[in-house]
Amino acid sequence: MTQSATPAPPSSKVHHLLGHPSDLKGHLESHGPLNVALGRTASWQDGLAASLEASGLTGRGGGGFPASIKLALARSGGAGGTVVVNAMEGEPASDKDKLLLTRAPHLVLDGAQYVASMCRAHRIVVCIPIGRDGVASAVSHAMAERTSNRYARVREELVRPPDRFIAGEESTLTNWIDSGRSLPMFRPEKGTPLRLGSGAALVHNVETLAHLALIARHGPGPFRARGISEEPGSCLVTISGAMAHPGVVEVDRGTPLWDIAALSQLAEPVQALLVGGYGGTWVGPEHFGTPYASISLRTIGATAGVGVIVVLGESSCGLAESARIARYLADQSAGQCGPCVYGLPAIASDLARLTRGQGDEHVVARLHRRLREVNGRGACRHPDGAVSMVRSAMAVFARDMEAHGRGEPCPYWRRLTTLRFPRPIGL
Amino acid sequence: MNSTYLWYATRASGIVALILLTLTMVLGLTTTSRARARNWPGFAQQEIHRRISIMAMVFLAIHVVTSILDTYVHIGWLAVVVPFSSLYSRFWVGLGTIALDLMVAVFVSSLLRAHLKPGTWRGIHWVAYASWPIALAHTFGLGTDSREHWVIALGALCVLSVGLASVWRIRATVKRRATLSAPTPQVVPLTRRVSTSSPRSQ
Amino acid sequence: MSGLRITIDPVACEAYGYCAELLPEAITLDEWGYPMIDDRPLGAEFKGLAKRAVRDCPKRAITVREKKGS
Repeated sequence: MTQSATPAPPSSKVHHLLGHPSDLKGHLESHGPLNVALGRTASWQDGLAASLEASGLTGRGGGGFPASIKLALARSGGAGGTVVVNAMEGEPASDKDKLLLTRAPHLVLDGAQYVASMCRAHRIVVCIPIGRDGVASAVSHAMAERTSNRYARVREELVRPPDRFIAGEESTLTNWIDSGRSLPMFRPEKGTPLRLGSGAALVHNVETLAHLALIARHGPGPFRARGISEEPGSCLVTISGAMAHPGVVEVDRGTPLWDIAALSQLAEPVQALLVGGYGGTWVGPEHFGTPYASISLRTIGATAGVGVIVVLGESSCGLAESARIARYLADQSAGQCGPCVYGLPAIASDLARLTRGQGDEHVVARLHRRLREVNGRGACRHPDGAVSMVRSAMAVFARDMEAHGRGEPCPYWRRLTTLRFPRPIGL
Repeated sequence: MNSTYLWYATRASGIVALILLTLTMVLGLTTTSRARARNWPGFAQQEIHRRISIMAMVFLAIHVVTSILDTYVHIGWLAVVVPFSSLYSRFWVGLGTIALDLMVAVFVSSLLRAHLKPGTWRGIHWVAYASWPIALAHTFGLGTDSREHWVIALGALCVLSVGLASVWRIRATVKRRATLSAPTPQVVPLTRRVSTSSPRSQ
Repeated sequence: MSGLRITIDPVACEAYGYCAELLPEAITLDEWGYPMIDDRPLGAEFKGLAKRAVRDCPKRAITVREKKGS
């Protein structure tokens, strides 16, 4: 399903991720040849780097970091690195990466080949969690097609890390590939490049790589033709919640949140939107018109995060759903850092108590204090996401909080959740 | 030097070293995180542990040197480092040598701690726990004073204090492990690695 | 503003709390015993205590850097 917020100029080819054939032959017919034969030359590499910078592509895995800067850093790390294709998608509410890999595996793998050539990497490792065998077999099949057609330059491998929320975090994934332990690594300097063996680890989200492959072939023009000038391009968003047809849509960056949510048939009036995933931010009706772009979302205290928008209908209890998410996030802690291991469950318990109408008079103050204290004190950003979600919930559902806090919970908190979790979460 | 004075010095310094070693053990065992009261100065306890261990080494040195210098029984310098190479009471002196070797290993590794991998230092420290029962066996096995009532009482006190401290430590560790593993129930263990095509196996 | 910058490795830290005992001016413990560092750089007169905290931490979780800045 595609949607353009701005009409594309008639002369440029419109840039779509989905909607092309998924087999190798069809893929080549749609997009043309891979063209990395020239990849060894510095001029080709510089040319691609310039294209990426001109395109303004930012990471689509949650970080939103400009791809050209990330790659420039990677290139300065020398040859012999590993391209890590991050298809982990630990976010339960997100399906875009699974879909992209099933519908356009060659686009993603081509993106990895371009990065490998640009950064002189020696291998490509595609990471798909255990249990997602449908996606894994689609990728295996595509890899086999590429091998038998002698299509891939750099060796492509498939690995299956554990399926946990944080397993797709950059350092966690790299650590797993290196040592078999799916645990985040503490990096005192936030920007320290990751290493894998003797070379750099170049971790990229599958959607970022797919965009990169299209930009490498067609130039920055078609990418820039979509989206807004500050944040160009299209992106995939998984919409779910109170709607008849949840799914993945490809939208222009900068499309208002409400327009994205309305792409599916909404089942009932909307109370709030959860933007950016379970570690993202709740947004109230007064901000539904905010464009879906980091630059605009920042002004309301939100981030685009991973491409997820969850619609909360009127007949749900925002507090209850937030309490369930908080419990889920607490359970998904890697278990390494005290503030996360002890703080998140404490926050989740308080929130659950409040939801049931059993909170004591200090529960809100305790929540605020713990949110403040837990924030930023883990090795990774997992606790920060939980804090952001809870804080925004306390703001957006302030009236509910008051009522539940008085011991008068709404009747909706017991209803079955409209959110997706790998296993049922009790309150 | 008069052999009798050397002999007294050996026995006395040996007993003092045993007491100091016991104290070191107890102070080391009762260092755990978060299990002590807010107002307990943990860093001070750790510092005292270090200093008492140094004092123990000093008395141990006196014990060893005087026992070699005393020619009434022949032990020889080799027996200081090589276990079971003494002519006199080969087995019990040998135990003493082993205990000494372990303690020297801890001492040296602690001095060089900054240059060692954290796992290495920890491993050596743990193995050195064994030096205490071995030293105890050496003390009572050699038998010079071990039939005196006050020495037996002292020995019992040492065993009791280390025993209690060990139980306390084990319980604290078990409790801590239980709390830390609680957040991740029934999930794929993080350390089990299952992959169809692993980069490392190639 | 120059001074000392304290960093705690949260993975290594096991809440022994020695650092907070030695440097209460900069480090307080949360309700579970884990250190919270005050953002402001610590004055250079605390260098000796800071070095001790680094040396005494059983888990080598704390590092201190001298930050020279404007």
